[in-house]
Amino acid sequence: MKINSPLEAYKFLPGTNCGECGETSCMAFASHLIDRSLQATDCIPLIEEKKYKKKYDELVTLLAPEIREVVIGVGDNAISIGGDDVLHRHKLTFFNKTALAYDVWDTMEEADLVERVNKIQDFKKFYVGDYLTLDMIAVRSVSNDPEKFAATVKKVMETTDFPMVLCSFEPAVLRAGLEVAAEKRPLLYAANKDNWQEVAALAQEFNVPVTVFAPNDLDLLKSMAKTFADNGIEDVVLDPGTFPTGKGLKTTLNNFLKIRRAGINGDRDIAFPIMAVPFTAWMAHDDEVSASYWETVVASIFTVKYGDIMIMHSIEPYALMPQLHIRDTMYTDPRKPVTVDPAVYEIGSPTADSPLLVTTNFALTYYTVESDLSSNGVDCYLTAIDTDGIGVEAAVAGGQLTAAKIKKGLDDAGFDMGKLTHKVIVLPGLAARLQGDVEDETGAGVMIGPADSGRLPGWMEQNWPPQK
Amino acid sequence: MSNKMKLSGLTDILKDLDVQSLEGVTIEGDIELDISGGGGLNPAMAYALGHEAAQISMHVANIARMLGYPVDQLFAASMGGVPQQAPVAGASRIPELLPAKFDVSKMSEWATPIQEVTLGATSADGGSRKNTVTLGGENALPYYFDAEMPHRNYVTMDVFDMPISMAKSVKENYGDVINDPADWAKKVVKDFNADMVTIHLISTDPLIDDTPAREAAKVVEDVLQAVKVPIVIGGSGNPKKDPEVLEKAAEVAEGERVLLASASLNLDYERVAKAATDHGHAVLSWTQLEINAQKELNRKLMKQCNVPRDSIVMDPTTAALGYGLDYAYTNMERIRLAGLMGDDELTFPMSSGTTNAWGARESWMKESPLKQDSDWGPREYRGPIWEIVTGLTLSLAGNDMFMMMHPTSVQVLKEITQTLYGSIEAEEIDITKWIGAEV
Ligand code: B12
Ligand code: SF4
Repeated sequence: MKINSPLEAYKFLPGTNCGECGETSCMAFASHLIDRSLQATDCIPLIEEKKYKKKYDELVTLLAPEIREVVIGVGDNAISIGGDDVLHRHKLTFFNKTALAYDVWDTMEEADLVERVNKIQDFKKFYVGDYLTLDMIAVRSVSNDPEKFAATVKKVMETTDFPMVLCSFEPAVLRAGLEVAAEKRPLLYAANKDNWQEVAALAQEFNVPVTVFAPNDLDLLKSMAKTFADNGIEDVVLDPGTFPTGKGLKTTLNNFLKIRRAGINGDRDIAFPIMAVPFTAWMAHDDEVSASYWETVVASIFTVKYGDIMIMHSIEPYALMPQLHIRDTMYTDPRKPVTVDPAVYEIGSPTADSPLLVTTNFALTYYTVESDLSSNGVDCYLTAIDTDGIGVEAAVAGGQLTAAKIKKGLDDAGFDMGKLTHKVIVLPGLAARLQGDVEDETGAGVMIGPADSGRLPGWMEQNWPPQK
Repeated sequence: MSNKMKLSGLTDILKDLDVQSLEGVTIEGDIELDISGGGGLNPAMAYALGHEAAQISMHVANIARMLGYPVDQLFAASMGGVPQQAPVAGASRIPELLPAKFDVSKMSEWATPIQEVTLGATSADGGSRKNTVTLGGENALPYYFDAEMPHRNYVTMDVFDMPISMAKSVKENYGDVINDPADWAKKVVKDFNADMVTIHLISTDPLIDDTPAREAAKVVEDVLQAVKVPIVIGGSGNPKKDPEVLEKAAEVAEGERVLLASASLNLDYERVAKAATDHGHAVLSWTQLEINAQKELNRKLMKQCNVPRDSIVMDPTTAALGYGLDYAYTNMERIRLAGLMGDDELTFPMSSGTTNAWGARESWMKESPLKQDSDWGPREYRGPIWEIVTGLTLSLAGNDMFMMMHPTSVQVLKEITQTLYGSIEAEEIDITKWIGAEV
């Protein structure tokens, strides 16, 4: 973004405070443009009235992120990468999570191929109210045979809607893949110093995004990216090479750091999303566990430091889970405390005999507890107390979870303790010290649950219903 | 120049290949094209023949493409130009690469070096350690090209003064030594390559065994006897008892320059600081994910307790992957950036309780408690990588020292941080071949 204060953005707005954008004033709207929670198109007069056309165009240019955004795939599964404006997440937030692609290859048996694609597209892990999932399939041409490659791409398309990366340095192979898949807007991988003319022609002809590959040669990388962009191929992804071990890995990290710093500092010629290929770890390690571990480690480095898309091989859960979580870690918006509305939620179909549980409105806490309960078929009332989005232990320590807060939470939700046969509140194990206070404050009986809600179902078997 | 080609020959060639769609191509008779440089052809005839030839070659080219031959490349190369609107050749050719030189400046704002802190003392300095460990000294974010990183990262492995509950895959490694802190310490140094040892005196907690401080100090002596690496001494975390425990420990470790863990805002940090300064130790300044609290505590240690700058290490708190690592990462990164940019209340090396990763259920639970989740796979592999990724992420935020538990995690974390530091040589791999790799 070329501007960084609401005042600068305000100059390009109508200034009528009409409120059509849902904000109380143009100034308020301007501040949302700067924090990127709203877009220029959300100001209706600005796009509809002719007289603002020039201002609108100027504003859009000024607001464009430093790192270009590239879209791969189409429809609901389309994935945007790039689009960042800062080098450190606390300065704003990182946009467009690193896209995680896993490989298949054209020498696989069809049944294995289908099984692997299904594993990739079906993998899911619950986290904070939603599932963490993988994003893409990278199809590798191992045979170098265009026909085989096209058949593999076709089979992948029949099996999944995940966007694809088509991987070959042979233009004929890429063309064969594109002839099958072009309308799905796959990412081409890759143009290099030998084939760039043909690959550029393919990107133009089929109008798809393209990767430029120049291992440890930033001059060439920039030269290719600039050449492509100047010839109208703007959807470019940079691969400076991922050397998986030794000094090569150190150099790789520094190439990523250099490219992104230059891009954020305004060098438009290199301000494109970056690809890492942790897959190369498999060229350095023989046994599966070592290779998966090292691949995950390399993937983690480039999730933290500026990788916008990555190609990996291991689909073992012990590799996928940390990869998904570190990606989520880096791309969580640090500006928002993630909360749920304070309320008494019904889990399953609770009755007068069901337990009343207390937790906090910190989304990580709430959804962890909620899913532990619902996926195990526990019927209950779950009260999310307004702790300003702080988890149980920190909220007890910091005074956001107190007996008074719990009473208020139940009262505000209009919850009638009288309708319960047992008159018991269950507190989290980590809030045990509130027991006496809660008894005094609410007049209810208090039981202390386990420290980890994952153990609630087992705890219920032992302790519920409460003995009189 | 004279080229001759019999089209009938071509049909024969194609016959052997399983080419279905020859529709549209009819090659009749035995046309022999004899195109010679001289006259002989009238322009109209030449045009007609040329047209015919072009039509045929178009079809043939299409067949070739179906067979997977890079026709366009050939056309482009042989015609040396841009086959305008030719449907076979597709889009335009870009004649040449634009010249470009990549350049990026170093960070001029990173003008303040991080304080160096040395732990352990050898006989030359009145101690009995075989080596010392120096943390800090950075002039840039870790591993960045802006400035060489003067010291690598170090790992100190946890040892407890009593058996504690641990994740199964951690515990497996310590079954034989769990009742003997000295043996435990030896094991982590000898077998697991720990750079340092942390002895946690948790039995001193009044809510556990309430071991008297004097007795706990004996364990410290045992550990100092057992290993020759620098050590860290931790209390139980009980804010009332810890100052006394750390005082006694500091006394018996006089001359060894240990790291006392920890001074914090919720206990009598003055006593802990004094124990350190009186006996020549360093102190761990521990706050909980709050940059301003960290500044405040460091300021108090320096101004109010006169702890020298070269004797402070910070622990800004580690939250596990999936359980607040986003806070921990950003907190550390902000602290390090502020230090490099001159905030002298934050220019200290950092330590991470990476072991906290074992608190995440993903690291220790046998399987997901959620039925909808995909299979979590074997926890023996999940646990160590959880600790590794937690530590690695913080290493990128500027963390210098890692307190860890699992031998595999230690081994991999050391390997990766030293690779990024630049001290690990490896065989070069031809990554240009990755697409075709058989894995
Ligand atoms: C992230 C974190 C923070 C973040 C909080 C972010 C947030 N939105 O919550 C920030 C940086 C803000 C923070 C601040 C503080 N923190 Co803090 N923080 C942590 C940390 C690292 C992780 C906590 C977490 O998110 N856990 C994950 C969530 C999901 O866990 P949970 O909410 O407890 O839910 C689990 C269980 O409680 C249970 N459960 C939940 N609900 C229910 C319901 C029932 C019925 C049952 C049975 C079970 C159950 O199951 C859940 C899943 O396992 C911990 C250390 C650690 N590694 O655990 C320290 C920790 C919680 N913090 C601590 C402290 C002291 C503080 C501060 C007071 C520090 C300070 N001096 O400023 C402040 C207080 C802030 C405030 N309250 O205003 C201490 C608490 C010590 C104590 N026991 O009293 C801890 C343990 C660190 C430590 N070892 O000292 N902290
Ligand atoms: S819609 Fe546009 S003109 Fe109206 S208040 Fe919002 S920003 Fe201002």
